[in-house]
This record gives sequence, structure tokens and C-alpha cells, in this order.
Amino acid sequence: MTNTFNKVSESIRNASVWQQKYREIMLLGKTLPSLLTALKIDDALVPGCESKVWMYVEFDLTENVLVVAGDSDTRIVKGLLALILALYNGLTPEQVLQVNAYNEFEKLGLISHLSPSRGNGIKAMVEKIQTMAKQKLI
Amino acid sequence: MATILANNDNVDITMPELKFDITRVRHDFPTLNQSINACPLVYLDSGATTQKPQCVIDTTAKFYTDENANVHRGRHTLSENATIQYENVRAQTATYFGVNSNEIVWTKGATEAINLVANGLRKQVTANDTIIITPIEHHANLVPWQVLAQQTGAKLAAMPLNKDGTFDTELCLKFIKKQKPAIVAISHASNALGNITDLPAIIECAKSLGAIVVVDGAQSAMHLKPNLKILDCDFYVFSAHKMIGPTGVGGLYGRYELLNALTPYQTGGEMIQTVTLYESVYRDAPAKFESGTPNIAGITAFGAALSYLSQFRHAEIFEHEQAVFNYAHSRLAKIDGIYLYSSIKNNIGTLCFNYKDEHPFDLATLLDGYGVAVRAGHHCTQPLMAHLGINGSVRASFAFYNNYSDVDKFIDALQACIAILD
Repeated sequence: MTNTFNKVSESIRNASVWQQKYREIMLLGKTLPSLLTALKIDDALVPGCESKVWMYVEFDLTENVLVVAGDSDTRIVKGLLALILALYNGLTPEQVLQVNAYNEFEKLGLISHLSPSRGNGIKAMVEKIQTMAKQKLI
Repeated sequence: MATILANNDNVDITMPELKFDITRVRHDFPTLNQSINACPLVYLDSGATTQKPQCVIDTTAKFYTDENANVHRGRHTLSENATIQYENVRAQTATYFGVNSNEIVWTKGATEAINLVANGLRKQVTANDTIIITPIEHHANLVPWQVLAQQTGAKLAAMPLNKDGTFDTELCLKFIKKQKPAIVAISHASNALGNITDLPAIIECAKSLGAIVVVDGAQSAMHLKPNLKILDCDFYVFSAHKMIGPTGVGGLYGRYELLNALTPYQTGGEMIQTVTLYESVYRDAPAKFESGTPNIAGITAFGAALSYLSQFRHAEIFEHEQAVFNYAHSRLAKIDGIYLYSSIKNNIGTLCFNYKDEHPFDLATLLDGYGVAVRAGHHCTQPLMAHLGINGSVRASFAFYNNYSDVDKFIDALQACIAILD
């Protein structure tokens, strides 16, 4: 697991009660820079979400590493986005496929946020990252 | 922006003593008696779907265990019994709404019922016609009319709505007289706000001008138990799952001549009189709208739901719901920073609110941590949310199985969530 992820998720891992866990998630979200308003366009919205999630997933052509950027209008989802960014940003396609976001969220007690019913965009983001990594390797 | 009701000390908090045997009722709904996230479940999402009493669950199981057969087909005992039961529930539903059995069509829900009417009216609507819709409608009572307007060239006109999401009846009547609509499509109660529409005046006015009035009763069917002959609408749609019945069952009431004049939008078996290779003669309503095998188990179980409801006088249920709702409304209004969009008067028991500028998704996620089930979002009413100047809200919707203790737990949880967010 990447060091960045271990570092940013430490406070969540150490939270003794769920209330504290959510506080830490929201604090983490605060550290994530907001997307420029010009980038918060409908084309970048993850469709069908209760919350608004804008996401950009690209591979840096020179370095061949993943660049993920995103934002959300809700504090909890923004914190979860920060976790996903810490998990995947800067990884090569091979590395991306070795990371299992589901396992990591399970360990943090946050797996329900990746359930299909949540519709918070996090699951869609993980799927898009993985699909893009796979395509990159074909 | 809607009025902020912060720290309103003028609001009296009252808890009238309830005659209703709520302990027994709650015992009848097994889903209510569980813990979610180590807290007792507080189910405040009945506007989305109500919980089911044990008798509805048992009836479903019994149907598949002992009684399963197709209806209106076999000449064997099981099929005949299933058909009798199926038609008995139609009669039971007709009695519940004060109408005739042949005026009830089974559908898979209120949405399908509205689509059935909108599609069925296509041949009767022309480019010169106006269809009145309203800003409070659920998307299910908007999109089918938008499609009908596109297909026929008819004009859509939106009923005026006050800033706070209530209707001014006088303005509505003026608007109807000016528009001279062919169709008026309107909710009996708003799913997002719970506000009850002043239908009698609107229906009388619209019908005096020759309009067909289609009422979305998804939210009112259980809470208000309307007598549809007295209400005098032409069509009324409902969903069984919002009336303690199963999902996948709903219905359409239509005044018989108008119902029978609709063109079927689904065709197939069971709806025909005679079929040759090149043409068919349809049966009369309701059969001509019920092609294919219906949700027989679901309809049978809906019968159990109606029987369950019939053990109470409706006034008893309504009085209980209103007492719990009023208590919840007044306690919520006392919390500093709460924006309340639901009207306290004429409400089926729904609280639509926000806290400061917090996102409803965050609030609902945290409330779930305390076992409180609410809905967050636009509630399939984007035009209404735009009208209120918000992107979405939290919705807590009550039913007769909720009690004062649910309200206390909800308010305590909400205050704890606010402490996390602040």
C-alpha cells in the first residue's frame, strides 16, 4: 500500500468511534483543494448521484502515471474522494491494478460507501480508474 | 428562500395522549423491531416506501406455498381460487376508495398508472389542447405529460405556486379558467413537502371547463384514504407499497366511461376478446389494460394490507399521524439553524428540511449512524427544489406506526449530527 494512503488514512484507522471517523473524513476532505469552478462542469459529473461529484481521470503521457482530480459538494464524499486520490494518484497502470480499493475501504470500516446503493460516485470513480488502467495495458 | 424557523419559542410543543394502540401496531411490523448500527431503528422514510405488517408477509408466502396458479385461465381449482382472490382484492380496493370494481386497473405502481393514462389519452389530445401540470409534481407525474405534449403538440402550462411551496387556491382557479385545459395533472399531496393540495376546489373548477383531472395519489392513498367519488377526480393513481402493501403493485382508478375510452398502451394476452392473425377485438376495461400475467402474489398480499388497515377507523390513524407529526415539526422548528420547507398545516406527515448550508447527504449519512432512516436529495422533484431555491433537502416522512419516541430519538440524533458537523 502506498505511503501517502497510509499517512492520510491513519487518523481514520485510529478513530475509536464512528462519529470520530466521520469527523476525520470531513477534515481530510477539507485538505483536498477545490476544483476550479471552470472545471465543475456537467460533463465531469458522475451521473445518478445524490451528491454532486466531479471527476477527472487521466494518465500523464510522459510519466505514464495516473492523475486523478475530483471534488464534491458534500463534506463526507469529498473526504472519501481524498482517500481515493491518495490511493491511486501517481501510480502506473500496473500498480493501479494491484491496488484494491474495496479491501482498503473494508479495513477502514467504510465499505458501505462503495456499495451500489450509496450512489455517491466513489464506486464509479474506482471503476473508471480501473477500467482506464486496464485499457492502458492492452 | 423559505422561512427559517430558528429557535421559535412561540411554537408550543404538545404531545396529546394517543388512543391508538401503537405498541401493538409496532409489534405487527417486524422490520421496525431491529437495530441499525447498534441503535434501535427509527424509520422515517415511509414516503419512499412503508414497512409491511406480518400479515402481508405471511400472505405472500402462503400464496406461493399453497395457492400459486395463474388467474383468468385454468379451469382447475387452484386457478379458480386465485382468480376469485385476485378479483376480491380489486373489489376491496374499490371499496377502500369508494368506487366500482370495474374502475380499478392493476398496474405495477403509480408510475405505470400515470403512463397508462398519458399514453391512453394520446388519441384524444390535439395541438390545440393545454395540459396543466404543477411545480410540486414528482417526476413520474411530469415526464409522461411532457412526452404526451411532445407527441401531440399540446401545450404544457405550470400552475402558479407560492414561494413557500403551497398553492394559493384562488390563483390556481384563475389560472385554470384562463388556460381552459384539456387535462389537469396534479398531486393530492407533495412527496417532498407532504403539503396537501386543496383538490376539491381545483377539481370542481377544472371539470366545469371540461378538463380531465388526473390525480397522483401515491402519497395520499394511505394517509388520507380519499373517497374518489366525493373527490370527483377522473383518474387517480396509487402504489401498494406506500400503503403497507408489497412493491410491484399499484393501480389506476378511472371514471368508467373515461377509463374505457383510453387506448391500451400495452397489448397481448388476456386483454382481448377475439384475435385473428390480422386484427383483434379488445375486451372492456379493466381487462383491456391488464395484458400478461399480473403480480398475483403481490395483489393478494395487498388485500391483506387493506384488511389490516380496515381494522382501524381512518380518523384514528390520521389523528395519530398528525399528533406525532405536529410534535416532530414543533421540536424540529426549535433547533437553531434549521430551514423547514414543509407546511405544518394540511400536511400528510412529512418534514422537508436543511441545516444551515450543510449538504443533506452528509446529514442523512450521519443520521443513519444513529439508526435514523431518512431520505436526502431532490426527491424526484427537481422543479420544486429549484422553486424553493435549494439543490435538495433531508426528508423525514412519518406513518401511523411511528410514535413520540421515534421523534425523540430522531431529534436527539439530529442534534448529535449537528455537533459532528459544526
